[in-house]
Amino acid sequence: MDWTLVLIQTLNGLQLGLLLFLLASGLTLVFGIMDFVNLAHGALYMIGAYFCASLTFWTESFILGLLLALPLTAIVGFLVELIVARRLYPRSHLDHVLATFGLILVFDTLVQILWGPEGVAIPLPDWLNGQVTLGEVVLPSYRLMIIGGGLGVAGLLYLLVNHTRLGMLIRAGASNRTMVGALGVNIQLLFAAVFALGAALAGLAGMLISPITGASIGMGNEIIIVAFVVIIVGGIGSMKGAFIAALLVGLIDTMGRSYLDDLFKLGMPLESAETSAPAVSAMLIYILMAVILAFRPQGLFPPKVR
Amino acid sequence: MAEDLLQIRDLRKSFGGIAVTAGVSLSVRRGETHALIGPNGAGKTTLIAQLSGDLRPDAGQVLWYGRDVTRLPPYRRSRLGMARSFQITSVFMDLTVLDNVALAVQARAGHSFRFWAPARRDGRLTEPAMAVLAQVGLAGRAGQPASILSHGERRALEIAMALATEPELLLLDEPMAGMGPEESSEMIATLRGLKSHKTILLVEHDMDAVFALADRISVLVYGKIIAAGTPEEIRNDAHVRRAYLGEEAA
Amino acid sequence: MAETTETAAAAAPVPGGSILDPRGWGVRGWTTLAVLLFLAIAPPAAFLLDEPFYLDLAIRLVCLTIAAVSLNLILGYGGMISFGHAAYIGIGAYAVGIPAFHDYLSGWLHFPLAVGVSALFALVTGAICLRTRGVHFIMITLAFAQMAYFLFVSMEAYGGDDGLLIYYRSEFSGVLDIDSNLNLYILCYVVLLAAMYLVHRIVNSRFGMVLRGSKGNDARMRAIGYNTYAYRLAAYVISAAICGLAGALLGNFTNFISPEMMAWSRSGELIFMVILGGAGTVLGPVIGALAFLALEELLSGWTIYWQLIFGLLLILVVLYMKGGIVSILGRRQPEDG
Repeated sequence: MDWTLVLIQTLNGLQLGLLLFLLASGLTLVFGIMDFVNLAHGALYMIGAYFCASLTFWTESFILGLLLALPLTAIVGFLVELIVARRLYPRSHLDHVLATFGLILVFDTLVQILWGPEGVAIPLPDWLNGQVTLGEVVLPSYRLMIIGGGLGVAGLLYLLVNHTRLGMLIRAGASNRTMVGALGVNIQLLFAAVFALGAALAGLAGMLISPITGASIGMGNEIIIVAFVVIIVGGIGSMKGAFIAALLVGLIDTMGRSYLDDLFKLGMPLESAETSAPAVSAMLIYILMAVILAFRPQGLFPPKVR
Repeated sequence: MAEDLLQIRDLRKSFGGIAVTAGVSLSVRRGETHALIGPNGAGKTTLIAQLSGDLRPDAGQVLWYGRDVTRLPPYRRSRLGMARSFQITSVFMDLTVLDNVALAVQARAGHSFRFWAPARRDGRLTEPAMAVLAQVGLAGRAGQPASILSHGERRALEIAMALATEPELLLLDEPMAGMGPEESSEMIATLRGLKSHKTILLVEHDMDAVFALADRISVLVYGKIIAAGTPEEIRNDAHVRRAYLGEEAA
Repeated sequence: MAETTETAAAAAPVPGGSILDPRGWGVRGWTTLAVLLFLAIAPPAAFLLDEPFYLDLAIRLVCLTIAAVSLNLILGYGGMISFGHAAYIGIGAYAVGIPAFHDYLSGWLHFPLAVGVSALFALVTGAICLRTRGVHFIMITLAFAQMAYFLFVSMEAYGGDDGLLIYYRSEFSGVLDIDSNLNLYILCYVVLLAAMYLVHRIVNSRFGMVLRGSKGNDARMRAIGYNTYAYRLAAYVISAAICGLAGALLGNFTNFISPEMMAWSRSGELIFMVILGGAGTVLGPVIGALAFLALEELLSGWTIYWQLIFGLLLILVVLYMKGGIVSILGRRQPEDG
């Protein structure tokens, strides 16, 4: 067993998990509070990446680009809420899904118009592009930064939700929307703020991944489904559930892809292991979802709703 | 001694620390009309839900002819002969009045994995359905979509659907809810017509209806039965009076 | 109360006649006939007049219409919003492609396989999905479809991401020859008619009434004694089987079978077709698929950024056209079931 490899893969899994958490947290917030299913959340992920790319080139600093792109993405989120989402709150979830599906098309094409059909690569500054050596293990420092950043944001979100007024409103709204309105809180503003926050989180995820994968059209469309799997597994509306499920999914997916064929080889003839492992590892997180749902159809940590 | 159709033994249900059903024991005898009354918040609907199977009690038993049905899902209880009407009108809005009742008739007619013959032209469904509609006075509205019925007519449709499953026990959850005086009298008349051949457990606020229909009354306050007996006994019971003091009996 | 884009019931007389009795038809009935006649005549005519492009378009249209009709059964009449129906198109197509890859060219194998595997996949995934409701159901069907997508992507032996090329169409031991597009189109058209009729019978049968009751008020159905889970699962499986058949036809047509056929956006497009046309009606999926593809063709001819307009249109339809196209074509007819 190459433990170095295991460590690296674990960190990769954590990285994926934290990125998924950034995406899933916005998704679950918006669903928990506004009961709104936003398929276009992945488009915000993409837009964040593109904004960051352009701003990085413009300011010649990745950090500055990222910091400037965050509020920009939040503004886009706010506009989406104002123009589209707001009209859909009273409608059925199917309407949400269809309308946001249309939004994906709109955003994908807009991005194509503004940035062209080819993706945009984002160069990392040298100080982030290096490596960190821990004993025998050599790790790319950027990946560590993503993990650190992701954990930091998760911590901030925890503080926000549990120790601020806004967080209290969020938790209250998640379990009883009408009450919060009746308490005289400016619901429209709250909703807009939550949506913008979700957008910023999604955008951040996109920004963090973009130096590795580049920004490309439709980059959010696959990962958004995984984010939905995360919130279903975690329990729709629950931040804690999103965090745990995201790490679970990230780790299982990464480890599965790396080690499933080895695992299979322990019990199966070589050839069947080699042909079936890629297929099963591709399906692994969905199988996980199915198993969890079979026992807990509401997910692992569903928030108590009155 | 008339046998007990339904027996509830020490039923308990709590929500978040509040005991909504705090040890309820009650029996419904075959053939009687038993009313369950109590002030708002007493836990009447929760109790009904536990009887129909929509809610699992935390403890206690529900017995049907002595058989423990506490954990049986609603559709199984319905087949045993328990029919429920809902406090908040719960009919099929997109379908016609006749469709609604025919569906209830169909539920008793074996399995419905029949994919070819049109259900609406099946006399075995429509004839009994029309008969039930006549019983509740809705025969004239048979072809109308349920969505255009008046509130009182929809409540009558609720009853019709419960009746169409040919139940032994009718669990009626506030059938008069939201009705004006005229509609209420009609409903009372309909229910009176059913008394002779159905066992009814009636949850109601409307005291006129309760005293007009009930053979026995149980009073539920804060999840407990504080009194049970004939209408006369209940009318004169000091505890009941106290529980209702300040309450406008509807 | 959340509004939906499904058709609202208008006052309808108690139906007595058969769908095939023209006296019961209204605007919708005649429009349906017109569309079906158009589809019967125009594409073959175009082909014979040396414009094969339109026939190709029509084949694709009819196959997608069959898929839309199958989805309408569970979505329009059953209220089950499956965001994973494209998976069955893909499964059906691969049920043709994979055997063909191994030189098993018999259509007598391909088509039953398409239907069977789709039904099986639906049974297993549906058994899990149908224990949930609402948005959970939508998301879980979506997730399972993704699972199927990734499964086929990972199958390197059959092309994986790059897809599978097949060179021969299904053979029916001389009874039926679908090598020419014209013949394939005729087969597709016949299957469409059969599917439409089958769905019509189903939704008006006892089974269909249970399904429709369950859509309106599932708790009520259980309260009157129906094990709605079983009925909904059966409907889900039937719908998937029909969709798998559409996939097998499409697979024969395109000769190039790829996991893209199962991309989740394809499922979204199918739902859009049903909603655009008018869910829960006979004409709805037919006209929805037609409008959808016509729009797609038209817009992509104008500009390469046609998806932008398409997306905007989709949003507008959802916001303002709740009942679909069919809702502006007159009142509900008895035969709409």
